Amino acid sequence: MSAIAVTTTVNGDPVQFLTDPGETLLDVLRYKLNLMGAKEGCGTGDCGSCTVTLNGRIVCSCLVLGAEVDGAEIGTIEGLADGPNLHPLQQAFIDHAALQCGICTPGILVASKTLLDRNPDPSEEEIRYWLAGNLCRCTGYDKIIRAVQAAAATMRGA
Amino acid sequence: MTMALDQQPKRQFKYVGTRPPRPDGIDKVTGRAQYGNDLVAPGMLWAKILRSPHAHAKIVSIDTSAAEALAGVKAVVTARDFPAIEGDAGMRDVQLNCMADTHVWYEGHAVAAVAATSDALARQAVKLIRVVYEILPHVTDVDAAMAPNAPLVREGQAMENVPAGMSANVTYTSEFGHGDLTSGFAKADLVIERVFKTAATHQGYIEPHACLASMSSDGRGELWTCTQGHFYFRTACAAILGIEASGLRVTASEIGGGFGGKTQVWAEPVALALAKKSGKPVKLTMTRDEVFRGTGPTVTTSMTCKIGMTKAGRITAGEATLRYSGGAYHTGTCDMGAMAGFAAYDLDVVRTYGWNVLTNRPKEIAYRAPGAPQAIYAVESTIDELCQKLNLDPLDVRILNAARKGTKSSYGVVFEDIGLLEALHAAKTHPHWTTPVAPGTSRGIACGFWFNFGGNTCVSLNIGTDGTVSVSEGNPDIGGSRASIALMAAEELGVPYETVRVVIADTASLGYNDNTDGSRVTFAVGLATIKAAIAAKTNMMARAAQVWGIDPEAVEWVDGAACPAGPNAGKFPPMTLAEIAANSFSTGGPIAGHCDFQADGAGVSFGVHIADVKMDMETGKTELLRYTVFQDAGKAVHPDYVEGQMQGGAVQGIGMALNEEYIYSDKGTILNAGFLDYRIPVASDLPMIEAVILEIPNPGHPYGVRGVGETPICPPLATMANAISRGIGARLYELPMSPPRVLKAIKGA
Repeated sequence: MSAIAVTTTVNGDPVQFLTDPGETLLDVLRYKLNLMGAKEGCGTGDCGSCTVTLNGRIVCSCLVLGAEVDGAEIGTIEGLADGPNLHPLQQAFIDHAALQCGICTPGILVASKTLLDRNPDPSEEEIRYWLAGNLCRCTGYDKIIRAVQAAAATMRGA
Repeated sequence: MTMALDQQPKRQFKYVGTRPPRPDGIDKVTGRAQYGNDLVAPGMLWAKILRSPHAHAKIVSIDTSAAEALAGVKAVVTARDFPAIEGDAGMRDVQLNCMADTHVWYEGHAVAAVAATSDALARQAVKLIRVVYEILPHVTDVDAAMAPNAPLVREGQAMENVPAGMSANVTYTSEFGHGDLTSGFAKADLVIERVFKTAATHQGYIEPHACLASMSSDGRGELWTCTQGHFYFRTACAAILGIEASGLRVTASEIGGGFGGKTQVWAEPVALALAKKSGKPVKLTMTRDEVFRGTGPTVTTSMTCKIGMTKAGRITAGEATLRYSGGAYHTGTCDMGAMAGFAAYDLDVVRTYGWNVLTNRPKEIAYRAPGAPQAIYAVESTIDELCQKLNLDPLDVRILNAARKGTKSSYGVVFEDIGLLEALHAAKTHPHWTTPVAPGTSRGIACGFWFNFGGNTCVSLNIGTDGTVSVSEGNPDIGGSRASIALMAAEELGVPYETVRVVIADTASLGYNDNTDGSRVTFAVGLATIKAAIAAKTNMMARAAQVWGIDPEAVEWVDGAACPAGPNAGKFPPMTLAEIAANSFSTGGPIAGHCDFQADGAGVSFGVHIADVKMDMETGKTELLRYTVFQDAGKAVHPDYVEGQMQGGAVQGIGMALNEEYIYSDKGTILNAGFLDYRIPVASDLPMIEAVILEIPNPGHPYGVRGVGETPICPPLATMANAISRGIGARLYELPMSPPRVLKAIKGA
């Protein structure tokens, strides 16, 4: 099978790559584009640690093929900060100790950003259901929820 | 002068007890942190392990020729590539677990592995390996495995102390306790005996096992891996490959969760063998399916618990028999359970028995307080049922019986300062407990315990010429320990937290460090860091004395500076750490402190949990409404991360209580090897988890620190069971209390 040429945008930057028909977007990001922030926790769309945005919607990049993203806009954890300046969510996760091992953190941050893009003042319940597809085994989610609430408050005030 | 370690723990702190940002925070929120699967090497191969589809079988033959012939395949290994370890049965078991030899003992047992130029090719190649199996009878249930006619998992494994006439699957037994059971039970007004079962559960770390290995033809190797203990990994990999440990350097990646599950090698020796055979770097990453089928879950248990209580609520005697299985291998986990089960109580009469039983399940490995949550579940459930039957307040009964300073514990040691009573009293006056139970809801309470470890520890602390401090330690940072270590170094030296950098050194750069386990790191590495800092301070005070021309004994260390003391007080202005460091080339050269020791005096830890639940009587679903954790941390070095341990441990225990279990087919294969069907708690399942930290100083640490990581997984099983039993008016004796089981209990009530 021949490789497929794909032209797309990742974190605002134009990108071209060749992909095998069976290659996932996650593997393209990690091993073709050297964007290692998205993690493979399950490969079956159950854990959310590979969460990226595809045209503004969150997806599990392990369930998307690289060949599918031609012409799309992809957002990853590497695009969340503005250069050296952390996004308020990133700062809140550090300030509120919302990570222990940190493996789920990139996916949770990307998912949380899309929530706050849509809803600048989510309730605790809305945050919990929005993040229900992002597994964290370390924290029990308490500090994650509080960090998202704190970041939302910061962003509303900004 | 510097504080001697045998004095009372320090209670006034400048840095310890604050909540600064963790040093690795920015790397971990930007995606820059490098985990096990994030390193690639030029010319790297991709590896894949072939695993047994059968629960128990003899390997008749393995034909790897078709895989080897596939273009792009660079190496294939089987057990033939691992020289059989002699003289160390435990390490031989680890070796046989990494690669099956003559038999497979569980579904998922590794039988061969391939390295190829791409992941897709490696996956294709393992399918070309032809293994002929002779399927053997299997057993996965611990009670069934103990029956005299049970299928035999492995021959010749039983130790000498196992009574004759038992199934040969029973390999080990142990006994703990004191007092006379007959007279103890005779003093009780009510004695009940109950049988409990708990399912095997997986640690469920989100990062699958992953490593990058290289081996040169001169016998030298490099291993990058996500591990809870790279020093042990070096020892184990070298033994399994039959090479010198000195030839192998292991570097710990960032670790994406472990909870005990990354204290053992699984993929690493295989990757190294493939690297050795191919002469190229090899990347080996497990899938989630492999993590569930191939790596360590907890024990699965069957337990009998008998407790006698007076009408006033005093426990007169406790007895428990714990039947634990950790798969087809010997484990000592039943000892941990047998020692921990009754540890929260001050008992005149207590006896526990541990049994280890072989089954055709994956090789158990530690999961957060290994063995303890199950035993404590049985004890705390039985106590609660006695309270119900005797119409006693379950919190008051626990206060009445609580272990305290001077209590001879159920496992023999006499407790020093412990914080169980304080935690119980904190619970009694907390708004969660004083708020009446709302109609339609119910409440449970239980205690928990963990020993806490110390152990082999080695730390080097270097003073930079610019006045900064670097701490080289050897324990992977699994949940914020860099921050805690930096806080303790800053505290001891009197310099800002931000000037301290903590580095996890590789195996060639530091002496041996035990695994990051047993809640040992903040205690033991912290203690080593303090000792190393004291050594550096002693050196710096001597440098100042040299400059001032006074006796080094006449110098003290105050707020990050050497100061003349005694008769010389005030004669010279304080000389700061930065000044001493900047001047070090003229006073004798670089300044460092070092500590290598075996940390002792870890100080045991207790916790108390309260849960409010609402039961759906039509579906059997449990809704958790409110949850509060009380725990003695000795001294919370970084309270955010102490709370995080308490919250995260509680939620793992809640998962064990409500959902998590390995489900087996009648063929002994796992039916739910994925996060969709093995359901760990998700954000929408839970309320906030309130964490209340008590600080009863551990006399074994200069700041009073105790480990905190493991205790919080112990109480939730019974806390939830006690809440549920009061909610539905019937008690479940088996975990998890999944909706079908709860529904069955409701209908049977």
